[in-house]
Amino acid sequence: MKPPVLRLSGITKRFGPLVANDGISLSLDEGEVLALLGENGAGKSTLVSILFGHYLADEGRIEVFGQPLPPGQPRAALAAGIGMVHQHFTLADNLSVLDNVLMGTEPLWQPFSRRREARVRLLAVAQRFGLPVAPDALVGSLSVGERQRVEILKALYRGARILILDEPTAVLTPQESEALFDTLSQMVAQGLSILFISHKLGEVLRVSHRVAVLRQGRLVAQAPAEGTTAAQLAQWMVGHAVQVPQRQPASGAGATVCELAGVSTPAGVRERLDQVSLVLRAGEIVAIAGVSGNGQVALAELLCGVRSASSGQVRFGGGPLPASPAWLVAHGVARIPEDRHAVGVVGDLPVWENAVSERLRTPAFSRGLWVRRGAARRHAQRVMEAFDVRGGGPLAPARSLSGGNMQKLILGRALLPPEPSGANQEEGVADPAARPAAGDAGSTGGVPSLIVAHQPTWGLDIGAVAYVQQQLIAARDAGAAVLLISDDLDEVMALGDRIAVMHLGQLTEARPAAAWTRESIGLAMAGSHAGMAEMSHAP
Amino acid sequence: MSELLDILVNPAFWIAVLRIATPLILGTLGVLWCERAGVLNLGIEGIMVAGAFAGWLAVYQGLSLWAGVGVAALVGGLFGLLHALLTVALALSQHVAGLGITLLATSLSYYGYRVAFPKVSTPPTITPFAPMEGLGIPVLADQTPLTLLAIALVPVSAWVLLRTPVGLAVRMVGENPQAAEGQGVSVAGVRTAAIVAGSALMGVAGSFLTLSAFNAFFFNMVNGRGWICVALVVFASWRPGKALLGALLFAFFDAMQLRLQQAGDSPVPYQVYLMLPYALSILALVLVARRAAYPQALMKPYRKGER
Amino acid sequence: MRLERRSPASASALLLAPLGAIVFTLLVASLLVWWAGAPVGQTFGLLVQGAFGSQFAWTETLTRAVPLMLTGLSATVAFKARLFNIGAEGQLYAGALAAVAVGGLHGGTGIAGPVWLLFPAMMLAAAAAGALLLLGPALMKQRMGVDEVVTTLLLNFIVLLLVSAMLDGPMKDPLAMGWPQSVALAGELELSRLIDGSRLHTGLLWALVLAGLVWVLFRYTVPGFDIRAVGANPRAAAFAGVPVTRTVVLVALLSGALAGLAGAIEVAGRASYLTLDMSPGYGYSGVVIAMLAGLHPLGVVAAAVFVAGVLVGADSMSRAIGVPTYLADVIVAVALLSVLVATLLAQYRIRRR
Repeated sequence: MKPPVLRLSGITKRFGPLVANDGISLSLDEGEVLALLGENGAGKSTLVSILFGHYLADEGRIEVFGQPLPPGQPRAALAAGIGMVHQHFTLADNLSVLDNVLMGTEPLWQPFSRRREARVRLLAVAQRFGLPVAPDALVGSLSVGERQRVEILKALYRGARILILDEPTAVLTPQESEALFDTLSQMVAQGLSILFISHKLGEVLRVSHRVAVLRQGRLVAQAPAEGTTAAQLAQWMVGHAVQVPQRQPASGAGATVCELAGVSTPAGVRERLDQVSLVLRAGEIVAIAGVSGNGQVALAELLCGVRSASSGQVRFGGGPLPASPAWLVAHGVARIPEDRHAVGVVGDLPVWENAVSERLRTPAFSRGLWVRRGAARRHAQRVMEAFDVRGGGPLAPARSLSGGNMQKLILGRALLPPEPSGANQEEGVADPAARPAAGDAGSTGGVPSLIVAHQPTWGLDIGAVAYVQQQLIAARDAGAAVLLISDDLDEVMALGDRIAVMHLGQLTEARPAAAWTRESIGLAMAGSHAGMAEMSHAP
Repeated sequence: MSELLDILVNPAFWIAVLRIATPLILGTLGVLWCERAGVLNLGIEGIMVAGAFAGWLAVYQGLSLWAGVGVAALVGGLFGLLHALLTVALALSQHVAGLGITLLATSLSYYGYRVAFPKVSTPPTITPFAPMEGLGIPVLADQTPLTLLAIALVPVSAWVLLRTPVGLAVRMVGENPQAAEGQGVSVAGVRTAAIVAGSALMGVAGSFLTLSAFNAFFFNMVNGRGWICVALVVFASWRPGKALLGALLFAFFDAMQLRLQQAGDSPVPYQVYLMLPYALSILALVLVARRAAYPQALMKPYRKGER
Repeated sequence: MRLERRSPASASALLLAPLGAIVFTLLVASLLVWWAGAPVGQTFGLLVQGAFGSQFAWTETLTRAVPLMLTGLSATVAFKARLFNIGAEGQLYAGALAAVAVGGLHGGTGIAGPVWLLFPAMMLAAAAAGALLLLGPALMKQRMGVDEVVTTLLLNFIVLLLVSAMLDGPMKDPLAMGWPQSVALAGELELSRLIDGSRLHTGLLWALVLAGLVWVLFRYTVPGFDIRAVGANPRAAAFAGVPVTRTVVLVALLSGALAGLAGAIEVAGRASYLTLDMSPGYGYSGVVIAMLAGLHPLGVVAAAVFVAGVLVGADSMSRAIGVPTYLADVIVAVALLSVLVATLLAQYRIRRR
């Protein structure tokens, strides 16, 4: 029995009061693929960052090939033969592939770079592992799959014997993921050992020899992949039986709430739409699948009022849809943006101001130029209670909220209408406790008629994911039209009443969920002709 | 029109162009190194004052001219170290840190000058660099060695930036610091080194004013040249060769407006001529802004592992 | 080395931070005084005395604080929206020029009109001049991505040259015996004295009222929210429906107007005519004051008095004991940097990786 190539003993890491890793001991054998599994916030990325030297552990030791690893220096990890493929690629767009690979491999005092030799060596490594690249291409011009190849080659070029992959399939189509798994087998055949981080249960069981599960910073289970079921893994990850949100089939879709016909957005901006047609009806969830970067941002921004179409028609509630967030909010559109930190909240401002930010210009929360601070704070309190937002209270800066709580705040802000104010008495909402039926596209006080949710569960722990999904289903049952854009195929298939696939700015027809299989969606995500033949006309 | 031709034909004009360009070349290269590493260094105006003062004072106290240049570089580097401490180690706002350093460097220099020379009305002088008559080439022979140094530093900078591992590290740190960190390169170390080196160049740029262009230290000597260098870097798309071109172009117009003032009695007040260099800098910025290929990490503080 | 946020932020640390900064500043200043060969204690004593030690002293300090409060407010409004306006110096002079243009005794009598009409007109002209001057760079930043730091800085030089040309030509006071200064303002347009026998004028009241108004704007109004949101996170602000471009324009107009008013109030309150050396860098000091005050409008008042005290005290001290007045500028610069560092250290802990 060969000794393990990697051994971690008692790794503990604290960030202030948070214990990210708690006494973790793990080992990796030669030629083994070990999957590190855990939900968001379980401590997987921290552990791996410690291994690679980005962080310094508070306690514990690491041994690589039997030798102790000097902690806290990526240089030492690289020298010991550890390579890391980061989840968010660490590549410079403005530099070439060769530059990205070469950087850091030569001593800084060396008077000139040996580029010719480097190029030869890079091409040789690329061929050996079946990862073709063009050394002089600018990274910014490469596709996501190609960029991942460069990221992997960076490690292989340096002779890595242990490779860490952090959520590598997050940005790949099912087919590209398969190609990656083939590459992994090849690497293993050549003697590499692999540490593979994921939160996707199916993948983990398929690809790895052994699985280690982290939960709240502790290693709670280790088992060979063979003989372990996904349900068991999920249980270890969460610590109790997992409730999958139950979606009853839609009770028949209602009136058309929003319609896109042949919509395109201007070129030259990040992501665009190309002749997209789609109909959203009350009481159903339309889920858009696709690898991030194929136009989802354009579609979401269009329906959130921050982007305009250059051609085609976007109709909402019988009239055209203006590019105005305030108008959309006033007319019952609930918007959940993709990036809660960068777009969803203004982090430096307190929670209560963020809770009313979309509606500040309405009589509910302002009188002319003056903010109605009392009414705003009360509404914020209601949102926090109704949607279980926990944190430092309404006065704390929004950035102090955890990811899950921030998402709940955003959800609450979008879904909970303000109480009718004294100024609106003519509106005559007789019974505030009764939820007005959704679908009153013109109502300012009612439940939203359209929900635009862009990656609403990204980066959340399982509990928060279930909560958000439950809210979306409840809104649909109350009669709202829900547009869900997600790159998580499991989520799309679980929630979508109808499913459409986005690829390079074009959208397939939105067919009922039953008409799709995992394979056909995957094909459409990759733009294969079989999938794309369903170019949508009138849905 | 004929006035224009007279000016262009006179070698004294081109001599002036190179002389005016020299501090701009050095200063712009200094800013370039900082910004390529991702850091905006607004301390340049103050560092140039400090370099001018320190270099001059060293020579006044008896050091050789080149030693004076060295002192100016050292002083510039020290202020650069302070800037790096504030913006790299502590990740403070680069705008505020830079302006604070300009204020600090300028006021320290003026204070030091007044402490050293409390009661003088005419500024004391030194013997500056002499023109390099031995060179034999027209126009260049009338320049001092610092001008040759400035011009020589352009291809050197280009080569280091594009062909050496150090230059690649600087570029990477300015484009994607996480990538550099992941390849075992210390972002803090490279950024600090780039800022110190760039600031040393800025110090030398200042010393040119007191050790070559003039022979004494005046208040308000730098007069906005530092800010013009910041504009020129954008104009140069962060490339050394274009930086040289930009500096020469600017110096051309600056020398031209001086001569036009002197040439005829025009109804245009002299202040309008003096405005031209600043107006041109703004124009250059506007023209280039759209196509600017910023180093992607410029002005974004790099805070490791903030939760 | 990395920075780790202290959570929860320690309130005592946040209060101690400025104190620590002041102590450090005094240490550095002491070193400089010692280098100049003067007795440290006596120097500081003279400085404090010169700033606040007599009625003359503190009226001088408050007088000097007036333009600093206004340029400080100008910088605060701009920086709050992340518009780095370093052009207050030029906007100040533009405002002063406009004030003299409207209220000056051109041709002996100036523009005819009652005071209650001319005075507001004069102030409005000054505000407008400053506002329009900043609008250009602000729009260039918004539309074309041109960094406003450099454009506003360069404009300062241009405006000063323009003022110089005006003072040599059309606005020159023919009675000033060749000295480049502007025609004087009509007497009734000058600001009256707050305290007889001192130079302190009602401009102080203007500054205090404006500081209060800015505070109310930020805290209680919708535009104030817009400004804070755009400054903190423009993308999120746009998503929430804040009209970003309109807000940036508003900020530019407001910030420029405040600086322009600073110029008008200086002319109307102090000399009554405009000269090129009217402002010893008030515009730039405004930036420092805004940062010292943590971009808080009421803090600007305190910071302005502090900086004015240091400047006035240093002048007086220098006359008495000979330490160069530039000590004041060093003190302000060191105070700024150390307050920044101290505030950061109060909020973050330095950890080894």
